[in-house]
Amino acid sequence: MRTTTDHAIHQRSSGRGGRTPEGAETGTSPGRDAGRGAAGIAANVLRRVPGPLIGLLAVMIALSIMSPYFLTWRNLSNVVTQNADIGIMAVGAALVILIGGIDLSVGSTLALSLMTSAWLYRSAGLPFELCVILGLAVGATVGFINGVLSTYGRIQPFVATLATMSAAAGLALYLTNGNPINGFPEWYLAITSNDILGIPLEGIIMVATFLIAAYWLRFRPSGRALYAIGGNAEVARLSGLNVTRIKIGVYVVAGFLAALAGVIVGSRLDSAQPTAGAADLLNVIAVVVIGGASLSGGSGGMLNTFIGLLIIGVLNNGMSLLNVSPNLQPVVIGVAIIVAVLTDRASRSRQGA
Amino acid sequence: MKAYSGVTVLKSVDFRVEPGTVVGLVGENGAGKSTLSSIITGVVKPDGGTMRLDGAAYAPSSPAEALRQGVALIHQETRLIQDLSVAENIFLGRLPHRRGRVDWELVRRESRTVLDSLGVELDVRRPVRGLSMAMQQEIEIAKALSRRPRYVVFDEPSASLGETETEHVLERIRSLRTAGAGVVYISHRLDEVREVADEIVCLRDGSRVQSWNSGDVDKEKIINAMVGREFTYEHVPPQPSRDATVLEVRGLGRRGVFADINFELAAGEVLGIAGLVGAGRTEVVRAIAGVDRADSGEVILEGHKLPCTSPQSAIRAGIVMVPEDRKGQGLNLDRTAEENVTLPWERELARKGLLTRKVVREVAGAQARRLDVRGSMALPVKSMSGGNQQKVLIGKWLVKDPKVLIIDEPTRGVDVGAKMAIYEIIRSLAADGMSVIVVSSELDEVLGLSHRVLVMSRGRQRGLLRRGEATPETVMSLAVHSSEPAASPPISQQ
Repeated sequence: MRTTTDHAIHQRSSGRGGRTPEGAETGTSPGRDAGRGAAGIAANVLRRVPGPLIGLLAVMIALSIMSPYFLTWRNLSNVVTQNADIGIMAVGAALVILIGGIDLSVGSTLALSLMTSAWLYRSAGLPFELCVILGLAVGATVGFINGVLSTYGRIQPFVATLATMSAAAGLALYLTNGNPINGFPEWYLAITSNDILGIPLEGIIMVATFLIAAYWLRFRPSGRALYAIGGNAEVARLSGLNVTRIKIGVYVVAGFLAALAGVIVGSRLDSAQPTAGAADLLNVIAVVVIGGASLSGGSGGMLNTFIGLLIIGVLNNGMSLLNVSPNLQPVVIGVAIIVAVLTDRASRSRQGA
Repeated sequence: MKAYSGVTVLKSVDFRVEPGTVVGLVGENGAGKSTLSSIITGVVKPDGGTMRLDGAAYAPSSPAEALRQGVALIHQETRLIQDLSVAENIFLGRLPHRRGRVDWELVRRESRTVLDSLGVELDVRRPVRGLSMAMQQEIEIAKALSRRPRYVVFDEPSASLGETETEHVLERIRSLRTAGAGVVYISHRLDEVREVADEIVCLRDGSRVQSWNSGDVDKEKIINAMVGREFTYEHVPPQPSRDATVLEVRGLGRRGVFADINFELAAGEVLGIAGLVGAGRTEVVRAIAGVDRADSGEVILEGHKLPCTSPQSAIRAGIVMVPEDRKGQGLNLDRTAEENVTLPWERELARKGLLTRKVVREVAGAQARRLDVRGSMALPVKSMSGGNQQKVLIGKWLVKDPKVLIIDEPTRGVDVGAKMAIYEIIRSLAADGMSVIVVSSELDEVLGLSHRVLVMSRGRQRGLLRRGEATPETVMSLAVHSSEPAASPPISQQ
């Protein structure tokens, strides 16, 4: 056997493609397309607009043409109100997905915490205020279990939360042997029937949840840490972040928010149903994904998640207005998910080029 | 392994193996040994030159193609699929079938035959998981031999093996030679190479520098050929360090990885840690930085024993580490340079619990000016060159002026200009009184920067050389040290 290499083995030389680190010394200067006049500025502005927002505007324009009723205050506030529970859960789900996890248990957690408060009220005769607080604590506890299983227990979050999803759903049914509990104090029902300045209270709770989460993610060190953990957990750990504790905290928040969504669902129906929230899981994840988050973690944000929520809400609302068969509506949502992900990827690769 | 952009890894190497002989291939880290073996076995393609196999032109497009032509590679790390059976691993990718179904009978019989011929007793139906490294290496060898190759390349098969297991591997090589196969044996351990090879070829900086019949050469000559090059850079000698001891490491050990590491580090001192790949250098500094837990020994910073249980505790105490793997451990490439720089310090930088963009920008900007980072700090780090990324990574750890800065491979994957700039940074930090530990595979780098050099081999500290004592030859002869206890190190130990 003989080997003669006359020349040399090179890495793909830096001149040929911008892929090598050395090749990109000044490749991406900030003002690359600035200074090309109005067209350049317009292109720059357009690039800064989040992709999901463009989608939302497109859907809204189409629906406002197709239905005269669509663009009314009453209808639009309905969209927000009807999706308050999904929105609150989506905040938690977005945080979990941001750190590269997943929480399948949100719907069951909603049911379990709602049933717990109702059951304590009915059977143990506790004051309902206390029952609601205990229900929220149950949600946070389920989240804590999820967090511990997926960190200390080293179980993949998908599997860990699959298990708690099953267990929580079962417990919710077991509490009352599957029967709903009805009849709650006036103040509780008022959460979903009162307005403040024309905006329903549940909508305000939901928007406030988004705002608090957005503020936390943007300005608080522990919130910034979520991006670091989702982007590269090892880098975060070596940077001195307590990755385990932060992850558990995020699952606790997600569980708590699922319980908070349960408070709203119970109030809206004036009834605690053990199967409440059962169909919500996929909607919640769809909201986050349409908002442009990657399931591998590290990207996403509250504004985009909110836009994702509005896209799903507006689509469902519009289809009802247009008398589209309810059986067809999930098909449209499915298409919307694919379109959102594909366009998001296309716009990302344009930016990255 | 085509490692660094624009860097020539291998130039004009002539190389020849006869059937029935063993050629030992030696050289420093990065000399091109693995690249050469990768070309021969079809893992990478050469940019130029020709190969001939038994007289016919030979240009394998893939490892599978090379195997079909009778050339097998046995890798440094075993690449077995842990949950498949031993037999299935041996026949992976070419399971025989009969009437549309895998012929397990045949697979097991043939696997047993190969293993028997190696003298290995093993149930071929058990999964690989749970077998010792040595046993897995045997299976790897059986897998290669079951193809009946006429040429076999061993790429540091003994790197993870103990003495007796290594002896086993050498035995295999001898029997392959007897059976008429041509063998290329790559190893850092010169004693082994001299023991088994008929001819020894030395590579340095991608060129073939010398070769000998193994009977005619002693270890010293080989070491001289491995390191004997002019220094690439003028190294300014570092300023003398101060007397005050900052860091003391006593008897540090981690089971099965390294043991009994002892040194002191003064203010303003640069300590280099040298050794061949796999000697345990990185593992030692990771333990000091709290990234991995040490099982024994203690780390004492300014008279206080450190818990060393997490990166947080080390960082808070003032020990920070620039890790070797920039992409996997150092930087979040998708985030901006600013965010990367402030990541470890967010809690300290927050005012009333709020971390504002302004603070982040100021702090990161200060580091960028201090280290002369070119490029926008507000863009994702991946848009920067390797050199600037490395400066960002160093800056990340200088925000709160640490007492001890550990830099693992300070100039990996950076161009020459940035390299010199990073040396300058390390020198001036030490001159200002910071204690620095530099781990590097590049001998020039360690020798040029350090006041003292700690040399490791196989998880042990083989010597602690003062500047002046530390030359390429003295360091290399300690680094290729292979017997277990450091009985009589040729150089006085401090």
